[in-house]
Amino acid sequence: MKATRLIIVAVGGQGNLLASKVLGEAALLSGLPVRMSEIHGMAQRGGVVESAIVFGDAKSTIISDGEADVLVGFEPSETLRALNKCHQNTTVITNMAPLPPFTVAIGRGTYPDLEQLKTLIRSKTKQLIAFDAVEMAESAGSVMAVNIVLLGALIRTGILPITREKLEAAIRTKTKASFVDVNLKAFALGFGVSADVQ
Amino acid sequence: MHKLLTDAPGEKMLLLGNEAIARGAIEAGVAFATTYPGTPSSEISLNLFQISHESDLYFEYSTNEKVALEVAAAAANSGIRTFCMMKHVGMNVCADPLMTLAYIGVKAGLVVLTADDPFMFSSQNEQDNRYYGKLSGLPILEPSSVEEAREMAIAAFELSESLGEPVILRTTTRINHSSAFVELGTIHPRKTKGDFTKDPFNKVAVPAVSRRLHVKLLERWQQAQTIAETSPFNFVEGDGSWGIVCSGVSYNYVADAVNELGIQAKTRILRLGFSHPTPPRRVKEFLAGCAKVLVVEEGEPFLEEATKTFAQEAELTLPIAGKGESLFSRLYEFDPAMVRGIIAGYFDLPYTAPRSPELGDVPEIPQRPPNLCAGCSHRATYYAVKKAAEGMDTIFPSDIGCYTLGFLPPLSMGDFVLCMGASVSTACGFSKATDKKVIAFIGDSTFFHSGMTGLVNAVFNNHNFTLVILDNGTTAMTGHQPHPGVDMTNLNRSGYGRVSIEAVVRAIGVEHVTVIKPYKVNKSIEAIKAALDHQGVSVIISQEMCTLYARSLKQLKVRAFQVTDKCKNHRDCINEIGCPAFFLDGERVQIDPNACVGCAVCAQICPENAITPVKEK
Repeated sequence: MKATRLIIVAVGGQGNLLASKVLGEAALLSGLPVRMSEIHGMAQRGGVVESAIVFGDAKSTIISDGEADVLVGFEPSETLRALNKCHQNTTVITNMAPLPPFTVAIGRGTYPDLEQLKTLIRSKTKQLIAFDAVEMAESAGSVMAVNIVLLGALIRTGILPITREKLEAAIRTKTKASFVDVNLKAFALGFGVSADVQ
Repeated sequence: MHKLLTDAPGEKMLLLGNEAIARGAIEAGVAFATTYPGTPSSEISLNLFQISHESDLYFEYSTNEKVALEVAAAAANSGIRTFCMMKHVGMNVCADPLMTLAYIGVKAGLVVLTADDPFMFSSQNEQDNRYYGKLSGLPILEPSSVEEAREMAIAAFELSESLGEPVILRTTTRINHSSAFVELGTIHPRKTKGDFTKDPFNKVAVPAVSRRLHVKLLERWQQAQTIAETSPFNFVEGDGSWGIVCSGVSYNYVADAVNELGIQAKTRILRLGFSHPTPPRRVKEFLAGCAKVLVVEEGEPFLEEATKTFAQEAELTLPIAGKGESLFSRLYEFDPAMVRGIIAGYFDLPYTAPRSPELGDVPEIPQRPPNLCAGCSHRATYYAVKKAAEGMDTIFPSDIGCYTLGFLPPLSMGDFVLCMGASVSTACGFSKATDKKVIAFIGDSTFFHSGMTGLVNAVFNNHNFTLVILDNGTTAMTGHQPHPGVDMTNLNRSGYGRVSIEAVVRAIGVEHVTVIKPYKVNKSIEAIKAALDHQGVSVIISQEMCTLYARSLKQLKVRAFQVTDKCKNHRDCINEIGCPAFFLDGERVQIDPNACVGCAVCAQICPENAITPVKEK
């Protein structure tokens, strides 16, 4: 199977690594080869966490600039920052609820305008699926479920050969028992986001 | 039960590279493990630490890597399979025992793991530790994948035991922090009690003995080279005339590139997983079938030098290249497209590089640098020192840990950072070589690691500076590992001693020692001022538990603060301490109640007393 390359970018604490783990488990259940790598050295101190997940026949665990087929961003400015990883046929899925970096919070830097951000991403990639995943996670029962909401939207695109059932099975085994119901609900809400939402 | 103790050979598990290495060691029957934590190696030891709670594996967080290797050397010389792991720069700390342990050798398997960090994701340099193999004469195994990391961990113990000397297992960050499905093998029983047989004429490294031991080391080196000739970790793929020599993660990029460029029929790849001693016959045979060779390796031209040497011995004159202009760099990590592009260029293949979107019209995105956490006690200490030293011409040597981040504005506390422990010793140098006021910072774990000897030096040589020991009760940066000053009952562990930093500092002979609570701002400033007035060595011990650690122990009593209407927008809070719990709402400063832990430092510095606790509902 030809490799499909997925980049997930998030801010430390947003649950990027758990999302990768759930996806990896779903890939195992689907008989899909997968390798991934993560950079999370300073995550707890507010830095960016980036995961690279390569599905299919490839040995590399990292993704070069211009080679991500899918980009999932948990935070809009981080999605924009990772645009160099994309190419013109990349699908971009992003949460639109900002977590302004501290530099912005103290007035040393300007947070990008969200409408302009969407226009820019749309003009440079194949499609953009952008929505408020925080609001959805809250309505599923916990703001912590932003990661799973976004996995819902990712699986809905059909770009990865992973079915809804397999991903739900992975949520049941790989997320905390007390969070499974919230996560399944979050997944369903994310899965309900259709590809033409912009 | 710990997941890495799962007794189910054949089962596949999604593992982090570091988990795969720990699993490999467990399968090999490792019974004794020592470490000093350091990214990217830390999860290996964390897993073994956890496993030691529920098995008869002996594990210790040693005070530093030198101690860790010496403890390990004794265990392995007592016939117990031993694992000693560290980050790459830790190898510098234990270089002394490593060099002579290579002479003395071991009775049972001893694997020394070095986790190198190309690109310096979390390190002060990107040295290539394969040269330690060359320097010490010890064999090196270098895995290319997570699965192979497990296999090599096992093979390294066997190799070490058959040669009677330590084996270096060398990883890079992209192995340690990659995940893949790993097939579990059989867990071999641990032999936890050993015995030491006296053999002074082979184990006491005095000159007369060492002269013979060096001969034995060279014999073992020869033996290792012979094993490397037929090791399954060194293999050839393909039989074309374009040769590619590689090791470690570079092999993955090469294999993917060869497929994507469609040059399988034209190339042959020599993957050297048993990379030192590099097997000459294997390499020469490979070269003999090639018209042109490219060596692909991150870091230094280690295999390139070996390959060129062997070509010369075999009187082969084919072009061999690796590092150089328009070829590979010695800098940073490689990536698949970069390797593909250079392979295409070297073998004159048509190639279009992947195209990132044109990003010229994207506005500047604000940076998201790592920052000291909300309520971090280091921030409070730095603020107090800054106030106490106001008006003085200062130099602030700092050290390795979370607190290194204090060098960033607005705190800007940190002028010279070299390596673990160097804050104290460089303070000695700065205070003699300049007339400036020298105030050095070191963490609690780093103080035990290698700060104490510098302090002894300072007292003996009568240097003049203030050392601030930032004691947050844990090794915070690498994930809250214990150190000798930690109260182990917090971790529900008994049977440990506890070393008081204050008692150590006083015993060393420091005359002016003060313990402060950094959240008490004015008292801290006064105490620091007194320490700065002292002629000679003075020490401030600033005690407050790491907020993340306190939270994980459920000892953090959060009481969020708020900015009230009394605020006149002086913004001292943002401009002087810059806690990430602050944000600007329009022109007004606000506090994020979910981020604030209630340290109350900002409330104490606000000129209008406008910051107050949020009232309980």
